[in-house]
Amino acid sequence: MISNLINRKIFTLLKVQYSNMLEYRVEIALWAISGIIPFFMLNIWTNNNLNESINISDVMLSRYFLCAFFVRQFSVVWVVFSFEEDSLMGKVSPYLIQPLNPFFRYFAQHIAEQITRFPFAIVISFFFFIFNPESLWMPNLGILFLSIISTFLSFLIQFLIQSIVACLCFWTEKASSIERLIFIPTLFLSGLLAPVASFPDYVKSWIYLTPFPYLIDFPANLLSGNRTSVFGGFSMQIIWIVLLFQVFRKIWSEGTKKYTAMGS
Amino acid sequence: MKPRKYLKVYTKFLHTSLASELEYKTNILIDLITAILSLIGSIFLLSIFFQNNRTIGGWEFEEALIIQGIYTILNGITNTWFNPNLTEIVKHIREGTLDFVLLKPIDSQFFISLKKINPSGFLEIILGFCLLLFCMRINQINFNFSLLTLSLISIICSICILYSLWFFICTTTIWFVKTWNAIEVLRSFLYIGRFPLNSFSFSLRIFFSVFIPIAFITTIPSEVFLGISELWKILLEIIVSSVFLITSRKFWLFALKFYSSASS
Repeated sequence: MISNLINRKIFTLLKVQYSNMLEYRVEIALWAISGIIPFFMLNIWTNNNLNESINISDVMLSRYFLCAFFVRQFSVVWVVFSFEEDSLMGKVSPYLIQPLNPFFRYFAQHIAEQITRFPFAIVISFFFFIFNPESLWMPNLGILFLSIISTFLSFLIQFLIQSIVACLCFWTEKASSIERLIFIPTLFLSGLLAPVASFPDYVKSWIYLTPFPYLIDFPANLLSGNRTSVFGGFSMQIIWIVLLFQVFRKIWSEGTKKYTAMGS
Repeated sequence: MKPRKYLKVYTKFLHTSLASELEYKTNILIDLITAILSLIGSIFLLSIFFQNNRTIGGWEFEEALIIQGIYTILNGITNTWFNPNLTEIVKHIREGTLDFVLLKPIDSQFFISLKKINPSGFLEIILGFCLLLFCMRINQINFNFSLLTLSLISIICSICILYSLWFFICTTTIWFVKTWNAIEVLRSFLYIGRFPLNSFSFSLRIFFSVFIPIAFITTIPSEVFLGISELWKILLEIIVSSVFLITSRKFWLFALKFYSSASS
């Protein structure tokens, strides 16, 4: 019965948020477009023959960046900004009374947004294949399934990191500047702008212990068929999720005790 | 136009917004760290491109650093002036408070473009200048008066183009109400200003110099700085920037005709 209740809750939340998202289709299309930085990077790589030095062929590199684009589309998180706005406006107080952690609401929002964004991402990749017909390929079903899971895990890692940052709103009203700080290593170390394989050795020696390569580099390598360690990647993702979840639970319970509603 | 009155109003703006921003001291500290990390990240990315190559699009690493320097300065200016003010337009229009701006006995574009200031961008400007000074040493650029004037002119033109692009997108809110994501698209396009224009393929080069002159913004001032720019390029930049400025002004006045207040 309890599972039935949870199922119904999740389903309703998703339905509500999905219809919410459909209201702003142009916005979501624009957001999809704003993620095309990997393609500009690909252009620099191939146009200057930089890939020869790192032993990745042109075709594999273009697939890598296309997959990086896809993974980024489905792992973007913006909880901090929603939560900061809600907490400044005092909207968090009614959420706290409800028998449901408010983060489920944001979680449903993100999933709904990803579903809305899916067609736009498909259209963009369609154009990508028109310009790069030689890179067209079809990953086999097993790989596809695994990479969807790893993309979802990457989304979970980012969601947890941002939720932790969002909980800092309870202490300092403006958590978005901390978010911007964390975004910098995410941008440069996750493999969005350059595959982690191309990094110099002194970075590669420690970077695989941080969560960053598992945000984009690992799922993108998996999906594009580039060389990567499947087992190692998944176990690191799960370890980070478990760790971050513990931190989140702790900071959430501390934060709600600390919480004083705005305006009351 | 009364320049003295506007100068006086502007000093008042500076005073109030600095006072209100300095309330969040930790925020400013975090922003400073973000700026430093962001510069380190960009240089790191650039060094990946150059680790096995001498040149990218004809630019050596030492020369490409100049582009980074100018990009950092411009990004600092964006963060200090454009971002806090122009995103405010969206808020003004959504909440109908643009009425109050229009009623004031002062030019509305002046008011909404310069009202606020975000001091954390200053560090980025300083960092950019330091990087430029360092580049002057490693590139053995002789500093003289004509170099100074020409590079100042080209940087001022870049600032004008950048401002016009931001202002143009924010003005479209009068019709579309929500343009946060359009700003994100502009931001991701601006991102390519970190790299020399020549490192992109021909079609992208055309796109980024004719349709959205983003590459102009950093590449031409860097060429001027290196002393390898031809006169026609500087003239072209002056023409482009004045066209952009005049168009953005005309567009603002045109858009205001369509403004209908949100609540009345």
